[in-house]
Amino acid sequence: MYKIILSFRYLFRRRVSYLAFLAVALCVFIVVVVMTIMTGLVRGFKDNNHKWTGDCVVGTESLVGFPYYEDFINRLDDSDFIEGVSPVVKSYALVRGRNSEESVGVEMMGIEPVEHSKVTGFGETLYYNKNDVPDAFKPAYDPNIPGFVVGIDKWLARDQRGRYNYEAGSVEAALVVSCFPLTSKGALAKAGTEMVNTKTFYFSDISRSGLAGVDSSFIYLPFEETQLLCGMAGAVKRISAIHIKFKPNVGLAEGCGKVAVMWKKFVEDKKGEKQAGLLNTVTVQSWKDYRRAFIAAMEKEQTMLAIMFALVGITTVFIVLVVFYMIVTHKSKDIGILKSIGVSRLDVVELFSCFAFLMGLLGSAAGALAGWLFLLKINRIEDFLFKHFGFQLWDRTMYAIGDIPNAIDLKVLTVIIVMAISACLVGAFIPSRRAAKLEIVETLQVSQL
Amino acid sequence: MSKSDFILKVEGLCRSYRMGEARVNVLAGVDLAVRQGEFVAIVGASGSGKSTLLHILGALDKPDKGVVSFEGRDLGRMGQRELNKFRNKMVGFVFQFYHLLDELSVLENVFLPAMASKSVFGWLGSRRWAKSRARELLGELGLSERANHKPYQLSGGERQRAAIGRALMNEPRILLADEPTGNLDSATGNGILKVFEKLNKAGQTIVMVTHDERIAQKAGRIITLADGKIKQGA
Repeated sequence: MYKIILSFRYLFRRRVSYLAFLAVALCVFIVVVVMTIMTGLVRGFKDNNHKWTGDCVVGTESLVGFPYYEDFINRLDDSDFIEGVSPVVKSYALVRGRNSEESVGVEMMGIEPVEHSKVTGFGETLYYNKNDVPDAFKPAYDPNIPGFVVGIDKWLARDQRGRYNYEAGSVEAALVVSCFPLTSKGALAKAGTEMVNTKTFYFSDISRSGLAGVDSSFIYLPFEETQLLCGMAGAVKRISAIHIKFKPNVGLAEGCGKVAVMWKKFVEDKKGEKQAGLLNTVTVQSWKDYRRAFIAAMEKEQTMLAIMFALVGITTVFIVLVVFYMIVTHKSKDIGILKSIGVSRLDVVELFSCFAFLMGLLGSAAGALAGWLFLLKINRIEDFLFKHFGFQLWDRTMYAIGDIPNAIDLKVLTVIIVMAISACLVGAFIPSRRAAKLEIVETLQVSQL
Repeated sequence: MSKSDFILKVEGLCRSYRMGEARVNVLAGVDLAVRQGEFVAIVGASGSGKSTLLHILGALDKPDKGVVSFEGRDLGRMGQRELNKFRNKMVGFVFQFYHLLDELSVLENVFLPAMASKSVFGWLGSRRWAKSRARELLGELGLSERANHKPYQLSGGERQRAAIGRALMNEPRILLADEPTGNLDSATGNGILKVFEKLNKAGQTIVMVTHDERIAQKAGRIITLADGKIKQGA
């Protein structure tokens, strides 16, 4: 009992204890804030990638695409683990305004909006037709002409607070889309001066996926029109990919594994048929693998951050060790007194471990509380800093970040607190052991002569 | 006198310390016996080894050679756990500089030895008794009003009385006092000696170290230590 009482008294009645308490609280505060923001950003980025892709993609990098997709889609539709499938045509195109001579390159994606929205979050990304996805490609002023959906950053500029001016885009705008159609062998489908397919599409909607790379480079077109533009609508129709969504109870690896097996069997069955060689360029990938190039960079940043915070943790251990060393040195007389009344070495170690545990617990609780309060107000604080000093954590004109993520993950918080307490216990262990080994007479600083 | 009358017996006790290159023999073959209920004063000049002897008697230090027997049991043969129990239950130590814990109140300092020997649950069971005993001791020592004060709020004499209270908490068989009046003015020191006399009259065995012959006169027997040996009174 005296260990608990003395631990509390050492904690609250020694100024040097406040230093260790502050060190622990500050470290926990910093780690909680930064890990919450970083974890929130990474999680949001992954979620957006997942939503944009679906669960699994059966596709090829080749611009030629692959044939017999309808047969495979039928097989997928017959299986019991698939929620939805969406055939997609992807290619590159040049676009220019109807009355403009200036062309820019874009990534073009031909989709059937309803099917694609069942598999991905496409419908939710729309601005005008969010609740009317079948009309995604119907221009508002004339539903009978072909429409296009454009990535928001391709169409509208963001202001410094990350807001878009939706009034700026003209609803009567039209884009002339030109694309090189390719044969199944990858050759240009047309010769002479008319090498490209060109078609005019009219503005129908804006898509905001939350992925800067996607929203600044993609335009979405009706599936069949895109297939025609790309030269994939011949006798044997081709597409670039099939996006798949699994039923809720199907794990990602399990579902992708099943699709891979089905695809392998499908390729076997199609062997010898016309253009069957193109099927060999197709891979089955989970959404994580499909978007690996983009996600990996964020994950690397998160790993780097974790390493940096491990260094912060080591620094905390060192600070706590130094403070405990000071406390133990300062308290050596107390140790002598306690040992003179029969307290054992183990009891001395337990006393300082109890002190360290309390320090870790209260310090990390204070740090976590301060972190939580700070995160709760972080967006307001950033607004205030921007308003008065022009400071922004991320320049919203460049980064597709809305609010700073501030939802604390309880698992992350628990790990941080456990690590902080462990750091205190480790920091206290060496001086505690030293304290326990001290000779009573030495610690009482009495003359031995 | 029969052998069993001795509560404490010391035979051939030697203790030396390294002082730089040299080795100083502080105790060089001390033989001593203390009877139950006796009030013994150990006197000697500064550096004569009297504090070292007292520390060894209270198991706060270990001799290089020799035997210390407490009620017939050799302290040198006791394990660490037994020694801790010995310090907690059998001996009460009073230091010259009081050595109270500043973080605890006077009352808490007094019942600390009782609390130190108990687990959390054991303490919950016995704390009422311990607190009552501590209050009783403080009453006897004239410190009832100071029970909730911190040691640094007390005068030297009051601190020493609180230290005596702590030493008596577990009703030790022997009270060891190292220069208990050495840090006090003579009036306050006399007050402390009166406490010792009263305790001794009640049957408490006391061994007190002092360099002051006048104070030693209050004891029933005076042992003089010089050059690491007992010169008189063993």
